[in-house]
Amino acid sequence: MTEYVRPRALDEALAVRAAHPDYMVLAGGTDLMVNANHKREPAGIIDLWRLPGLHAITTSDDHIAIGAGATWLEIQRHPRVLERYRALAAAAREIGALQIQARATLGGNVGTSSPVGDSLPALLAYDADLELASVRGRRRVPYREFCTGYRKTQLAADELIVAAHLPNPDPSSTTRTAWRKVGTRRAQSISKVMGAAMIDLDRDRRVRWARIALGAVADRPIRITAAEDAVRGLPLAEAAEAAREATIAAIAPIDDVRSTSAYRREVAGNVVAYFFSGIIS
Amino acid sequence: MKIALRVNGEAREVECSPWKRLLDVVREDLRLTGTKEGCGEGECGACTVMLDGEVVNSCLVAAGQCAGRDVTTVEGLAHGDLLHAVQRELVACGGAQCGICTPGIAVCAAHVVDRGLATSRDQVRELLAGNICRCTGYQLIVDAVMKAARDR
Repeated sequence: MTEYVRPRALDEALAVRAAHPDYMVLAGGTDLMVNANHKREPAGIIDLWRLPGLHAITTSDDHIAIGAGATWLEIQRHPRVLERYRALAAAAREIGALQIQARATLGGNVGTSSPVGDSLPALLAYDADLELASVRGRRRVPYREFCTGYRKTQLAADELIVAAHLPNPDPSSTTRTAWRKVGTRRAQSISKVMGAAMIDLDRDRRVRWARIALGAVADRPIRITAAEDAVRGLPLAEAAEAAREATIAAIAPIDDVRSTSAYRREVAGNVVAYFFSGIIS
Repeated sequence: MKIALRVNGEAREVECSPWKRLLDVVREDLRLTGTKEGCGEGECGACTVMLDGEVVNSCLVAAGQCAGRDVTTVEGLAHGDLLHAVQRELVACGGAQCGICTPGIAVCAAHVVDRGLATSRDQVRELLAGNICRCTGYQLIVDAVMKAARDR
């Protein structure tokens, strides 16, 4: 029968993780438990749900640290997230629905790093850093480097994800963020295309720089650097069209059960153009 | 493993694999068959229960994770013959047809109403978006939840 361990502290969790690399690391279970009754039982479960400290959200003047165990419900209701990280809050509100948001965690979305993980383009747009820990110590990895392929990450067999650190958008700055998901339905559906952007404007409302990220258009969530380069210095309306064209040329999405490559390409162009017209904050 | 938990206010104990789904613990070990299985993938919400006060899909919760936790199923909503306001209004408004989704909708709606979150029809629609009904459409269900929220 499956072994079950509920560590009482992070140190204990890391020791168990190091001793049992074959055990499943489980928190909210919204991904790993799908059709669990038809899956082979794991050798063991390391249950990180509500591990003390792991679900904390802490803020400082220059950044926010979101514990890996924080749920998307906790994240979308956090006052600082609502105030300064609206694209992340918007993503959190469209991950599944209430029942999923009450269990699914930031660490789960990041750890799986599925190309359709709804929060991941937002983490790219905010240029988030991940904090990883093992019995060997702690390290920081930019999310941009963390996901290395289709559901492949840099996480070592003895490591756990502790938190995501998002730099604080300067409250006096001119950066805006946007987020958009396209699926068959707003709630519950797995995205056909989704993405996030952070856009900095100068006084004449020309684009100083932009970080543009999309999900479901490649084997992993990606930054669209060609579009970022194309929009520099342009007024918003022109930037929207330049970003659309550059995006359509840059991506090579796949055909699958949820959508076609051609549809994804066109919609991705629309989503990116929308970022420059429908800036939300 | 032996798992001690509270279900609908009562202390219970089950012996099963920690990998067993809470849904199956509730239906098979505890014989509380009000909770239904729809999809088994966390898409439909038929198996919704409250776990430590939050609504969750019980098909996605491992039994081991429930040790020491507090579970409320649809059987725990009424007090004896006195139905929860959302149950009463689902009956009064005709907010049910085949009934498979109804226990999950009742649990989610009770949570939404009891927490004071049913502030508008749009809000109710968003909060109940994880409960899928393939019979009635949602109009009468939203009517029932809004009436229950007003009653309280």
